[in-house]
Amino acid sequence: MGSNIAATMARIGLTPGFGFLERAANFEIGESTISFRAGDSYARAIAVGVLNTAKVAVLSCILATVLGVALALMRLAGHPVLSGLVRWSIEVVRNTPLLLQLFFWIALAHALPPPRRAVVWFDCVFLTNRGVYLPSVIIAEGSWMAITAIAAILLGWLALLWRSRTRGPLASLPLGLVAILALAVVIYASGFRISLHSPAVQGFNIQGGTSLTPEFAALLVGLTVKFAAIFAEIVRAGILSVRREQWDAARALGLSEFKIVRLVVLPQALRVITPLATSCYLDVIKDSSLAVAIGYPDLMNITNTTANTTGQALEALLIVVALYLTLNLSVSAVMNVYNARVAMRGGRPA
Amino acid sequence: MALIVWLGVPLLRWLLLDATWQGSSAECTARGGACWAFVAAKLRFFLFAFYPADGLWRPVVVCGLLIALLLASAMPRLWSARLVVAWPVVIGVCLALMSGLPGGSVVSSNQWGGLPITLLVWMICFTTSVPIAVLLSLARRSRMLLVRWLAIGYIELMRAIPMVAILYFATLILPMALPGSVPLDKLPRAIIMVALFWTAYVAEVVRGGLQAVPKGQEEAALALGLGYWRAMRLIVLPQALRAVVPGLVNLGIGFLLATSLLAVIGIMDILSAAKAAAADPEWLGYYKESFLVVALVYFVMGYGGSRYSLWLERRLGSSSGR
Repeated sequence: MGSNIAATMARIGLTPGFGFLERAANFEIGESTISFRAGDSYARAIAVGVLNTAKVAVLSCILATVLGVALALMRLAGHPVLSGLVRWSIEVVRNTPLLLQLFFWIALAHALPPPRRAVVWFDCVFLTNRGVYLPSVIIAEGSWMAITAIAAILLGWLALLWRSRTRGPLASLPLGLVAILALAVVIYASGFRISLHSPAVQGFNIQGGTSLTPEFAALLVGLTVKFAAIFAEIVRAGILSVRREQWDAARALGLSEFKIVRLVVLPQALRVITPLATSCYLDVIKDSSLAVAIGYPDLMNITNTTANTTGQALEALLIVVALYLTLNLSVSAVMNVYNARVAMRGGRPA
Repeated sequence: MALIVWLGVPLLRWLLLDATWQGSSAECTARGGACWAFVAAKLRFFLFAFYPADGLWRPVVVCGLLIALLLASAMPRLWSARLVVAWPVVIGVCLALMSGLPGGSVVSSNQWGGLPITLLVWMICFTTSVPIAVLLSLARRSRMLLVRWLAIGYIELMRAIPMVAILYFATLILPMALPGSVPLDKLPRAIIMVALFWTAYVAEVVRGGLQAVPKGQEEAALALGLGYWRAMRLIVLPQALRAVVPGLVNLGIGFLLATSLLAVIGIMDILSAAKAAAADPEWLGYYKESFLVVALVYFVMGYGGSRYSLWLERRLGSSSGR
């Protein structure tokens, strides 16, 4: 097989190897977090792809988790109409292909009105066929000192809280007060200002704020909706795995509902949830590669373009495999550390 | 409640009241609702894409055969060795029919499309991956270090990369790797790679089943003087596979949805056919209707499958006597 590949490559005049990474990539990329122009190297193009994949995957994971937990709680809340509605939406989303849903979202994104007739939510979110415009956070120049100071105070506070949990109690209320006071002083003294900048229609386009391209928005919404449905089922299974008696016993002890959930139900549910959530996150990373089908420049999309323009398909795909492997292994490593902590809680080593 | 009315009323109007059931594209535009006339006109294309019109009975028969096979396999009453023979035979017959074998002109697999592609790829890949996966999961539990490490490496590698990458591998690398004298169409190449890819997922489910079999079972079988392979075949695997049948059904549903990714490398499965139908100049832009119909096809199969898996779980559970 290897010799066949070598022979084919020789026949079409390709030299095997990764030298092509240094060559100039003569294509444009729709959006990128680091600057990229046609003529930059292929290596840089692939780096853009990795960052774009990471961007959409991280955001989708966070949003899917939040939405999934909310959906699971809505379904468990017991209101018949609400839980029925949630149940059927989840069934529909789970039983239709993600690619189909992405086609739907991208068609919807392109069918939105032009900027001048944008759909406006709460005066600050603009939906148009050129993208989604959101308010941006503006931090006044020269505030970096203040930001560092605030971060340091918050970290210190967390570290002390941590210590008090592991090595016996420190009075946490006074500590919190001290931290908040220190924060207030720093913010006041340094002239640190944060403001929101809303987008607004000006002429034929929308100015200000941050914008998401239609492709990014469609992929983000698609991944979020699909995996929120899956995540909701995971959370529900986790909560239902905690037996009825545990709730009853906790109620008999006179704990409040919030404390029951936080101290009794959640620690046990997390044992079931965490491993499933891990594979859910890994699926988000992998499925973000469907970006290819709707034209968002993710890792898969850019390496595919690279393979087509250079002909070095084998090398390009090897790079893709190596990068996805790295992304996946690092996420599962982090989640396994968390899982080990969660599984040990409650004194029953898993 | 208000939310349901707010969302439901316009939806109902679009779906039914304002919809156009017959007529041309112009009439649809005039009425503004859903254009079911488009679906009626394009139904043949949805289901069979570019398959030559004179041999259209072939894909129809193929779909019938495959669905009948699925339904038959779903009945625990019919589970026997005969079913294991029936699968390859029926699939073989279907492939022959699709390529125009008994007395028709040859239809290359590049012309196949629509529902038969979705069903064929799904069923071929899933069934070929199960036996390989059983071996792979046994290898993962093997005491031979090299075998175990190879199996772990293969499974983890496959599970870490996206299916899209596998499909690109099938279109870009596999032709390079084959000797020049063996030309292979895009579809069989995709089938080979996808089957190898799914094997890793099936293997993990089977491993779960193997872990559920008490260790004493294997030890007792070995103590009776059965060798490793006979102990596995007669004692351990039947119990393990029985435990994972519902899991395999769920995996199968996931794979059915995953076949839609064939669209990425330009194979005309039912999703790409639906997308292409809405790009017809005569019926331009009826994507909503297209996607809705295809979503319905997937939903019926997926939801039916998941209900079936729940039913099966209860049935298998109740008959195990525990």
